[in-house]
Amino acid sequence: MIVADDLSWSYGEQQVLSAVALATRPGRVLGLIGPNGSGKTTLLRLLYGALSSPSGVVLVDGDPLRSLRPREAARRLAVVVQEAPGESPLTVAEMVLLGRTPHLSTFQRASAEDHDVAADALRRVGALHLADRAFAGLSGGERQRVLIARALTQRATHLLLDEPTNHLDIRYQHEVLGLLAHLVRDLGTTSVVVLHDLNLAARYCDDLVLLGPGGVAASGTTADVLDPDVLEPVYEIGVRRVEHDGQLHLLFSPSDPSVARPRAIQEALS
Amino acid sequence: MRNNTVGATTLVEPPQVQRDDLGLGSRRARAWAWTGGLSVALLLTVMGGVGLGAVWVAPSDVVGVIGHHLIGWPGERGWTDSTDSIVWKVRLPRVLLACLVGAGLAVCGVALQAMVRNLLADPYLLGVNSGASSGAAAAILFGIGAGFGEHALQVSAFLGALAASVLVFLVARSAGRVTSVRLLLAGVAVGYALYAATSFLIFASGSAEGARSVMFWLLGSLGLAQWNTPLAVVAVVVLSTAALLTLWGRRLDALAIGDETAHTLGISPERFRMLLLVVVALCIGVVVSASGSIGFVGLVVPHLARRLVGATHVRVVPVAALIGAVLLVWADVIARTLLQPQEIPIGIITSLVGAPFLLLLIRRLHATAA
Repeated sequence: MIVADDLSWSYGEQQVLSAVALATRPGRVLGLIGPNGSGKTTLLRLLYGALSSPSGVVLVDGDPLRSLRPREAARRLAVVVQEAPGESPLTVAEMVLLGRTPHLSTFQRASAEDHDVAADALRRVGALHLADRAFAGLSGGERQRVLIARALTQRATHLLLDEPTNHLDIRYQHEVLGLLAHLVRDLGTTSVVVLHDLNLAARYCDDLVLLGPGGVAASGTTADVLDPDVLEPVYEIGVRRVEHDGQLHLLFSPSDPSVARPRAIQEALS
Repeated sequence: MRNNTVGATTLVEPPQVQRDDLGLGSRRARAWAWTGGLSVALLLTVMGGVGLGAVWVAPSDVVGVIGHHLIGWPGERGWTDSTDSIVWKVRLPRVLLACLVGAGLAVCGVALQAMVRNLLADPYLLGVNSGASSGAAAAILFGIGAGFGEHALQVSAFLGALAASVLVFLVARSAGRVTSVRLLLAGVAVGYALYAATSFLIFASGSAEGARSVMFWLLGSLGLAQWNTPLAVVAVVVLSTAALLTLWGRRLDALAIGDETAHTLGISPERFRMLLLVVVALCIGVVVSASGSIGFVGLVVPHLARRLVGATHVRVVPVAALIGAVLLVWADVIARTLLQPQEIPIGIITSLVGAPFLLLLIRRLHATAA
């Protein structure tokens, strides 16, 4: 479980986050949402220690993150970052095996057991058949699944993901997040995921933290936070909430509808 | 530590029969095959390198002389004294130095390419070589580091290499991040400046420094090889560097993917990069002090190695070391035999072979970027 209190960050003069507090619970997916530039990724980076908040504290299972050695931190927190490994010439198997790094001393070689853990993780995300392929040659959805497999290979109790659905087709967006929700419930992992699509957040997150200008605008269960009265001032757009098949959906409309509506659609509607 | 996580208790399945789900077995076999094959090639190369030259020495005599000196076998000398001294005193140290220099440049190239995440990184382009040259030239001309006795040259070359690479990194760093374009540009700029400075110093001092001329520092030569302590130092440093980088393979893999990934895998990228920089500077400093500045080996060899055995550094580093050693011995054979009795600086040979390769690489880069 991750508990953060009074986190802040500024890029130069511009304060992005101040007095941010949040808590995660095992077996649940916590979503970080908010408009562009509200500091979602920055907050996630504070949570896994890539950035260090000048104020406040991040506790991972009760221990201050700052007091953990990098290797120990990596045993507790597995992160899927947005960094494009792009042209990494590693194979998928090699990429996933790197997830064992925090469990091996610097000069220790990966054992048969480590190979089993990696193979198991690949099987879990349905990507075992890709093991021998070059990572760089995979499609976006396959890459994301492989990176999640690497995170699982770390056998950490916390799984953090930064916009895992970026650049993915709609089908893969649901596939990746469905996989995540499933794994989290299955393994009792604590998960924090940065999302910008509110409907994906509605479907796959249990709890949400909504970031607005300067800090947390709202937090709570998904149903509480995805409330038009809460969202409208932060996103500055009209929000309607509907339920369909027992599932929460959000519809958006700009305050001046004629501005955003293409002529063809206007004509079709009139 | 392994089984105390929630994930592990639910994930671990009953022990399985040894399988190769990951398909890594064939890659490993391939890597071993190449390592073995290249080791044999290196042995033959050493034989060939010692035998070839102004005077041809038959392989049987090469083996005989080396065996006689090393292990006292064969006890009878079936060869002339001059053959004996050509093989043992002149050519063998030179060939061994070629092996060490080639291996050292190659593994440092591997390390720098991982660290900078750029295919074009190598000690030469990043200004490490020129830093070492400047350091060494300063030691010779001004007696800097004289306190280190016969190692003054190596120590000051190391310090020069370290200073140059730290300077390049400081220039390339902005907002806590090192970008590889800035790094390469800074490396080229620092490299040119230091080469100019070295050359100027040598000309201005009017010193009759014989073999260690401007030509030596700019284009390299293995002509100074002999059995002495500096050669032993080169051997120890290069072999340890290659071993260390091999053992650091997994960390290099992670760093090559990105700083953020390295961090999330429990590696501090900043610290590791500094560590690598010191190791590379030490290795290059020692190598350059013995052979001058030889280009393109550190750039070309890592690519060849990755072609052969894939990208994991645990396999790339030793294979690159072997390829570097083999290539440099042959480059040296060409350098000293092509225009006999005149000797061509070895850097000319490596550049003639390496430059077209670089051009090819640039074309391919362009193709993938477009």
